[in-house]
Amino acid sequence: MNVTRGFTGRPRVHNPGLPPGQYDAGDDWPVLSAEVTPDLTPADWTFRIDGLVAEPRSWDWDEAHTLPASAYEGDIHCVTSWSKFGVRFAGVSLDAFLDVVRPDASATHAVAYSHSGYTTNLPLADLTDGRAWIAWEYDGKPLPAEHGGPARLLVPHLYFWKSAKWIAGLRLLDHDEPGFWEQNGYHARGNPWEEQRYSGD
Amino acid sequence: MPTAAATAAPGSASAGPASTPPTRFAVPGRIAVSNRAAALWQTATLTEIRRETPAVSTFRFAVPCWAGHLPGQHLMLRLTAGDGYTAQRHYSLASPPDDAGHIELTLDHVEGGEVSGWFHTEARPGDEVEVRGPLSGFFAWPGDRPALLVGAGSGVVPLMSMIRHRRAAGLDVPLRLLVSARGPEELIHAAEYGAETTAVFTRRAPEGVPVGRLSAAHVAPLLAERPAGGWEAYVCGSNAFAEHASRLLVEAGQPVDRIRIERFG
Repeated sequence: MNVTRGFTGRPRVHNPGLPPGQYDAGDDWPVLSAEVTPDLTPADWTFRIDGLVAEPRSWDWDEAHTLPASAYEGDIHCVTSWSKFGVRFAGVSLDAFLDVVRPDASATHAVAYSHSGYTTNLPLADLTDGRAWIAWEYDGKPLPAEHGGPARLLVPHLYFWKSAKWIAGLRLLDHDEPGFWEQNGYHARGNPWEEQRYSGD
Repeated sequence: MPTAAATAAPGSASAGPASTPPTRFAVPGRIAVSNRAAALWQTATLTEIRRETPAVSTFRFAVPCWAGHLPGQHLMLRLTAGDGYTAQRHYSLASPPDDAGHIELTLDHVEGGEVSGWFHTEARPGDEVEVRGPLSGFFAWPGDRPALLVGAGSGVVPLMSMIRHRRAAGLDVPLRLLVSARGPEELIHAAEYGAETTAVFTRRAPEGVPVGRLSAAHVAPLLAERPAGGWEAYVCGSNAFAEHASRLLVEAGQPVDRIRIERFG
């Protein structure tokens, strides 16, 4: 252990919800997108799933809202080392979308892509069984544009760069295909509890 | 602004395990990142502290095995308390690549900042911290394409690395900097700016210099220069500034897919 002379850190209580190397951001919710925030209204928004599925399809805003509502209340973790506790998102479970398109048995991974052009890759197992959402509300209000509104992917058990803002679609693949940050040196999976920050971790 | 993927008729783009759909932004990274360097924590020894402004200082470190970096890249820095508690933060590199086993970080004293507070009140030459990097090829500028840099406050730090690199390497590729500060006394690296820089002061300005925020009038003449191949734009600052500046650039005609943004909260 390389103790830093004179460093004590801020007063703290042990928080079992805080993954290694993270701090509690409190009320802050930093914005960390690398691109220009797109001008995207609910009327412009569409979400598509294709690739290795039985029935590729797209949903518009109204069609997506006919699927059963589902909420997430819990924590989120950003690779830049802040975590945010007790956030509330509402939208639709990704399972509801996947039930419609019926993934092939050969599908193992997905590339999520945004209306901005951002991409990120995920194992399909991280997107199913109630672990991922398409979210359009935050704290009871429409999701702000700078946080990915009108709708974003939400995969709260992974670092938040996996929760693609302005989600436009998923393409299901039989292999892993690095996305935007993954091509820029970040970890392929990004599990905060294993501190999978950078490629090589 | 729907993408090609989004406007495809349902069911038309059928699907094999092809690559990712074409997109509008999809700005590729400028360089490949060394995974080995990014994975390794190294000891950095503080050698010098220089005051830049009342709230900002530059911290110079010796990192003998530093693999080198490109201007615009950042690192992760870790401090460890006696009880094993660690705090880590991302910081942009301020120094140019060719600095022989040394790197420099220019840090704001953030109100209540756990790590910046240690640097500004406790750190002294000889202290050791840990760093890993350089990280991310996205905001890097290798010095190959004309670069239009727009920064505010300590957002100018990675951009300064680009200016220093261009000078040190004697590059003649066009480069311009628009830098916003509240007043002249808060302008970081003020003594190093040359003809490439336009400073914008939002609260207090020297005699004869207008006060006001970054506007279309600052951006238009730079976009009108139209260097061969066009500008690669790099925007760095608070989220509010980044939103404002990137909108000005888009409205002035800079392509969305040639704007790179680094925001801090």
